[in-house]
Amino acid sequence: MLRIKCPWCGVRDQTDFQFGGESHIARPETPEHASDAEWANYLYFRKNPKGLHYERWVHSYGCRQWFNIARDTLTHEIIEVYKMGEQPSTRSDTGKANKK
Amino acid sequence: MRSRVDNPARLSDGGLIDRNKPLQFSFNGVNYTGYEGDTLASALLANDIKLVARSFKYHRPRGVFTAGEEEPCALIEIGEGDARTPTSRAPMIPLVQGLITNSQNCWPSVNFDIGRVLDFTHIFWPAGFYNKTFKWPSWHTWENLIRKSTGLGQALTGPDPDHYEQVNAHCDLLICGGGPAGLLAARTAGRLGVRVMLVEQDQSFGGTLNWEQVQIEGKSGHSWSLNIIDELDSMKNVMLLPHTTVVGNYDHNVTTLLQTGQGTAWRECFWTVRPKKILLATGAIEQGLIFPNNDRPGIMLASAVRHYLNRYAVVPGRNVMVATNNDTAYQTVFDLARKQIAVSTVVDIRTEVSEEIRQGMADLGTALICGVRISDTRGTRGINKVSIESLDGKIMGSHQCDLLAVSGGWSPRLHLLAHARGKLRFEPASQSFLADTLPPGFTVTGSAAGCSKLTDTLTDAIRKTNNICSQLGFTGKHATAPVVDKDALGSTKTVTAPLNSGKHRQWIDLAHDVTLLDAELAVREGFVSVEHFKRFTTTGMSVDQGKTGNLNAIIALAALTGRETADIGTTTFRPPYVPVTLGAIAGGNLGEFYAPRRYLPAHTLHQQLNAHFADYDWQRPECYPRAGETVEDAVHREVLAVRQSVGIFDNSPIGKIEVRGTDAAEFLNRVYINNVLTLKPGRARYGLMLNENGVIIDDGVFVRLSENHFLVHTTSGAVSRIVAMMEEWLQCEWSHLRVLIDDITTQWANFTLAGPRAREVLNALGTDIDLSAKNLPHMAMASGSVAGLKARVARISFSGELSFEVSIPACTAQHFMQTSLNLGQAFGITPYGIETLMVLRTEKGYLHVGVDTDGSSTPDDIGWGHVARKKTTDYIGKRSLFRPANLAGDRKQLVGLEPLDSKQSIPVGGHLLPGTEQQVPVRTEGWVTSACYSPNLKRYIALAVLAGGRQRLDELLTVFDEDRRIAVKVVSPLFYDTENERLKD
Repeated sequence: MLRIKCPWCGVRDQTDFQFGGESHIARPETPEHASDAEWANYLYFRKNPKGLHYERWVHSYGCRQWFNIARDTLTHEIIEVYKMGEQPSTRSDTGKANKK
Repeated sequence: MRSRVDNPARLSDGGLIDRNKPLQFSFNGVNYTGYEGDTLASALLANDIKLVARSFKYHRPRGVFTAGEEEPCALIEIGEGDARTPTSRAPMIPLVQGLITNSQNCWPSVNFDIGRVLDFTHIFWPAGFYNKTFKWPSWHTWENLIRKSTGLGQALTGPDPDHYEQVNAHCDLLICGGGPAGLLAARTAGRLGVRVMLVEQDQSFGGTLNWEQVQIEGKSGHSWSLNIIDELDSMKNVMLLPHTTVVGNYDHNVTTLLQTGQGTAWRECFWTVRPKKILLATGAIEQGLIFPNNDRPGIMLASAVRHYLNRYAVVPGRNVMVATNNDTAYQTVFDLARKQIAVSTVVDIRTEVSEEIRQGMADLGTALICGVRISDTRGTRGINKVSIESLDGKIMGSHQCDLLAVSGGWSPRLHLLAHARGKLRFEPASQSFLADTLPPGFTVTGSAAGCSKLTDTLTDAIRKTNNICSQLGFTGKHATAPVVDKDALGSTKTVTAPLNSGKHRQWIDLAHDVTLLDAELAVREGFVSVEHFKRFTTTGMSVDQGKTGNLNAIIALAALTGRETADIGTTTFRPPYVPVTLGAIAGGNLGEFYAPRRYLPAHTLHQQLNAHFADYDWQRPECYPRAGETVEDAVHREVLAVRQSVGIFDNSPIGKIEVRGTDAAEFLNRVYINNVLTLKPGRARYGLMLNENGVIIDDGVFVRLSENHFLVHTTSGAVSRIVAMMEEWLQCEWSHLRVLIDDITTQWANFTLAGPRAREVLNALGTDIDLSAKNLPHMAMASGSVAGLKARVARISFSGELSFEVSIPACTAQHFMQTSLNLGQAFGITPYGIETLMVLRTEKGYLHVGVDTDGSSTPDDIGWGHVARKKTTDYIGKRSLFRPANLAGDRKQLVGLEPLDSKQSIPVGGHLLPGTEQQVPVRTEGWVTSACYSPNLKRYIALAVLAGGRQRLDELLTVFDEDRRIAVKVVSPLFYDTENERLKD
């Protein structure tokens, strides 16, 4: 069980939270102009890295706020917790910044 | 009962038992006596009972092999009836007055077991025999028979009568193991103010100090430990948990413990602990030796012999032999000699031993034979003879004995480290696996870290604890290690004997009856990876998880494959470390406490009205049967009452979400497929919500209370997830929108007055709201007072009748309903339940999301495509509606069905086949989603989804349901009042 530090409430058990999948997924600005492929990419395609992963969680049984974490999928180490709308200071090995 | 001497194998004095407190217990129906402080194993041995169990596969006679949780043989059934616990490890069961115990896996008795035939015919049952043998005609032919004849003990069938507790805890330092290292670490950290939890699986703290004859700081090891325990007991920052086993370590070092109660209202307590640091002071487990017929009763670990002798004053044998590959077993010889029990012979695999030991054995008159191994043993119900041979196989005679103490070296208990993905490395000198890389927060100390002498253990524990305390920020005066005046023999050098290649079986796993022959077979068949080897032979997969045998299995695999033991590695240790009762994991989350029941605010009144309740997330009335009525009768009566006069329905669970803010309209316009911006204050609209895949997730009526204030109604079961969904969009995607969301579902009770006379009832109740159709038309809402209560009144209808939904403060629900029933009597008011509502809405073809739709339904599928397409601005899921799959013509669309024979019911879930003569199997074209008997139309009706359904009106189909075939006609889903006349006035 992970121990996650909610930026508003502090460290709580994983069972307090819900996982919201990969973070920084940009919704197309004008969905009606997105091609089927672009829309499918936004809806379905996700990274599945071994190592650093940016993801969003919600403190469902606490403050009900969403936030981001940078987690190592191999060790489950939580490297960084940052608020919605913020960018992580941790960068993956490839050095590529995320889309949003 | 025949007379016998009590405790014949008990010494007249000594031990940590309380001889003033005798305890009676029974074993296989015979009564015996033990003492407080005994375990079941020590009490059985004190009563000279050597044969206690039958083995798993071959039904071999077995005795007590160890004195701890690692016991592979003495697996006993405890208790009786539904509180029975099969396969309990006898050394871990504290003796209590009246304990009832029985052998298992034997018939008719443990002394004469018919199942032993499997032993005599063992040649037919090698590892994997059933996978290879029982293949024809298929495994399933034999599976039942084989499953019945395998397994240990009898599973319980009744509900568990015991109670279990669960506790959550936090600490700075979790110390696993209350032996010398753990006690010293706890005292060191405790004195500095560290919040410590000290966990010991035994019923007493002390570990080896309870049974090794050592002296520390001028005291016996035991009294030294009692002093520490007293001091720890007085520290507020130290929690002592005896009789508690650390069973698992998980991510971020969350650790679980299983505590056994004694004289408590609960049987076991399951702890979840979140420590900052973990110290493993878990000690080491002595391993057995591999030799032919090494499983007989009377063969026991050398440390276990010392344990029973020194702690319980029990002598498991009078004519003792010792077989070893290291020094520690000699301590058993010295300890026995102190009690005037001579060890006749020590057999040491090593060719040389230290002069100190050689002289010690000579002084005691014990024959020491080096460079030899055991070639066979004899004795069915207890060992009586041991044959030895040289390492190259020369027979060297045999010796009588009734107890053979064996030591195959020591294996540190590092299972928890492995749970946390720590790595182990093989240490050739001690022939054991030690910690290599430590997981974050972990420290290992004492014999778990490879210390073989007590002096080393205490020094190591002090040093590492001081280090942990510094890391935790506690920097007081650090302690120094106590002086050990008299130590026990350490496990200096360990040597592994070459494997015998005799025809006798040599057990590498006593619990699962895995022998060297099975290991050889596995290697012949190519299972040479340790993980494959384990699964093929099942070694280490029984209740003991191979605690006394895994190391030997790995060493044997290395020898059989000509590899180094270090290259073999270990299998993966996984939680739990010892078997955990399912009851402890479930805790109190059972029956009524599994999930809270939700009751309507007017529940008592519903009970008085003889409501027939069912669980719809809430306890809701399905209908209100009168005397002599069935549920079906009641539903039909209530349906007719609503259509003909008036009914009252408790709709309190309906989801109510208030959405406010300057961007509330804009936000909801993105959430609904409907146009929200054009809705006028005081007016309501039926809306659909989609997810981003374009799938309908909920429907309901939303009301604009004022310009920037909306009330969103959801399906009663959906409110939590709709609130969560709205929050996710607002926080993660549209954080610039100024909107606040509030779930007010339980603040307001809600009653529906439905039927032609609904308005009359409402007027009789007294209201300041103008109820005329002009002021309050269908799909409008007004606030005011009703029956003297603050109320919101909405003209919303899920029945197709003139209908007022009256919301009043939840605390007034009972009063409101009672008043309505009283004043409504003159108009023939009838309370109706949710089953009745389901008939009413099916007659109108009103959708029930999740029943008539599924995880693929789009607005067009249910006939709302025109609304979804007409809206020009974007909303959640809109783009997905234009994906090719959602535009396909053969999508399942909502239709109505009528049986050709009006007396025939239509089964929900029945599949739709084309025509009325279709042969099966054939691809289904859809299925029935809702069905009922319509008392108004006097025939059965149904809603269904059908491929391209809207283009197929009047087509004849077959509903196929197991052996039934019902001919139906496709019709519009609107069965009753097709022009909606009844909603207008």
